[in-house]
Amino acid sequence: MNLRSIPISAWIGIIGIALALLCAIFAPFIAPFGERDVVGEIWMPAGGDFLLGTDNLGRDLLSRLIYGARTTIFVALTATVLSFALGMILSFTAAVTGGFVDQLFSRFNDLMMAVPTLIFALVVLAVLPQHLWILILVMAVLDSTRVFRIGRAVALDVAVMEFVEAARLRGEGSLWIIFREILPNTLSPLLAEFGLRFAFSILFLSTLSFLGLGIQPPAADWGGMVKDNKDGIIFGISAALVPGAAIATLAISVNLVVDWLMKRTSSLKGGRGDA
Amino acid sequence: MESGPITGPVLTDGAAGETLPRSADPSGVPAKPNPAAATGDVGGTFWRRFVFRRPLAALILQRLGLSVGLLFAVSLMIFGGIEALPGDFATTYLGQSATPQAVENIRKDLGLDRPWSERYLSWLGGAVKGDFGTSWASKNSVSEQIGKRLGNSLFLAFFAALISVPLAVGLGMLAVQFRNRLPDKIINVISLAAISLPEFFIGYLLIMLFAVQYGVATFPATVYDSMTFTERLSAIALPVATLVLVVLAHMMRMTRAAILNVMSSAYVETAELKGLGTFRIIARHAAPNAVAPVINVIALNLAYLVVGVVVVEVVFVYPGMGQYMVDAVTVRDMPVVQACGLIFAAFYIFLNMAADILAILANPRLRHPR
Repeated sequence: MNLRSIPISAWIGIIGIALALLCAIFAPFIAPFGERDVVGEIWMPAGGDFLLGTDNLGRDLLSRLIYGARTTIFVALTATVLSFALGMILSFTAAVTGGFVDQLFSRFNDLMMAVPTLIFALVVLAVLPQHLWILILVMAVLDSTRVFRIGRAVALDVAVMEFVEAARLRGEGSLWIIFREILPNTLSPLLAEFGLRFAFSILFLSTLSFLGLGIQPPAADWGGMVKDNKDGIIFGISAALVPGAAIATLAISVNLVVDWLMKRTSSLKGGRGDA
Repeated sequence: MESGPITGPVLTDGAAGETLPRSADPSGVPAKPNPAAATGDVGGTFWRRFVFRRPLAALILQRLGLSVGLLFAVSLMIFGGIEALPGDFATTYLGQSATPQAVENIRKDLGLDRPWSERYLSWLGGAVKGDFGTSWASKNSVSEQIGKRLGNSLFLAFFAALISVPLAVGLGMLAVQFRNRLPDKIINVISLAAISLPEFFIGYLLIMLFAVQYGVATFPATVYDSMTFTERLSAIALPVATLVLVVLAHMMRMTRAAILNVMSSAYVETAELKGLGTFRIIARHAAPNAVAPVINVIALNLAYLVVGVVVVEVVFVYPGMGQYMVDAVTVRDMPVVQACGLIFAAFYIFLNMAADILAILANPRLRHPR
């Protein structure tokens, strides 16, 4: 693979993701003001000292956007990694073991997926206390149901191949078969799925924060910033649209890269690229 | 549907009004060349006879039963699963600083001192009859509130579906027709972007544009009883537009994939090579096979509307189920949360079931699982 073969759309996506990551990692050095400092009037227009204006409490919008990248990406990424760890371990175990374990896991997964994710999250978050790690855990568990479904389908395809059978006959244990035989051969479709789940995680976290159930103030996070500034919309103040656009840009960037990855894997396998 | 060798008895199917070749038997009953012997063979239970006589009706009944069972399992999860989670309603409800006496009082007040299985059964008994108990926060009847708001939500979702379904199918077909050419690429990029936009962002963008800048739409989208039908319609214009945009992209991409899948199949290629006209290929060969996946896509996306409604209602301050639920979650009003959760799940399960059944009706191949 060389750099020239990457299409423009994928480059745009990569640049977008890199920008967001830079903001997230170096937030204290880039941001002109502090995350929680009230530095001006309420809802000042963009320009002058404040590049994007100020928010509903007079905090600098750009600084909060940069710090918000940190929270949003950190939580979404942690939740996605956890959901993948959980979903893949369970799905591979189900695919390798088969029989009763497979039935039990799959039916329970069907049950979890019978409730829309957002509704499920609302019901669960209504009971649980508001902590960051609980939020991450809830997101991860709900998302892992989707990972489980994909992971099981992919692993089942690989689990019946000759080299897996050879490993079984050699007397290798389940762990070896999962990590040394199946995982390397399923990595490429799962990588695209990871990107997809990450984009979904960003949107899901933002939605929860927007509804007031995600990350709690005063920590800056993109969905929460939309919620903070939504009352300004009716007066024609666009402060709520800025974090919304940030969410959209990041999600689009991730999707563009995923789109390219998927096309690449499907053409590697000799599939029709256009379907 | 008169293809295939008929080895078993030919049975008229009441539900679909078509004859089914019974060579491959789904029920495990061996098909006998002699009809009399076959019917004598399946004389066992009523259900087995029914499956044999009316395979389609039996399949649909099976799906219905499965959905009802699933709904009960979900109700158990929504109620019982929450009990199993750490934390106590009373303490979370009152906050950390509550005195033990106050916690004890509120537990008794809300009936939390009874064992959970007893509470679940009484809750389920009420829910089946349409009684969801009283709200902890307002002490009002939950069912009464839901009765009003469910209608509003369905009103919103109905119009969103009415606009988005024909639009999505049309655009999907357009994308297939111009596959890999400019219109398809434009549609592809725009729909990819639309999928990535959060619902609330689309909502506020539309408000900013149409309600604030141009002043052609109303915000907030409040509806009340004394409104006329046209007033209601103009009030829900923006929420409906938001929902349409949210669902459209998904639906269109899936429609495109479904139709493309059919169009790239061998029999369409054969028809092309035979020299048939484009219209004839689409009408006689592609369309009947594309109906099933497209119906499936539509039903799945309508199920997706269920979730979209929640956020859109909060954005537009629309008095529907979604807003009721979100409000209840923030004050931890469990009877309301559970009732709303169950109803949303019921709609979701029902639409998925409808997708399943419609797919079976439209595609005879699905009636004979391996």
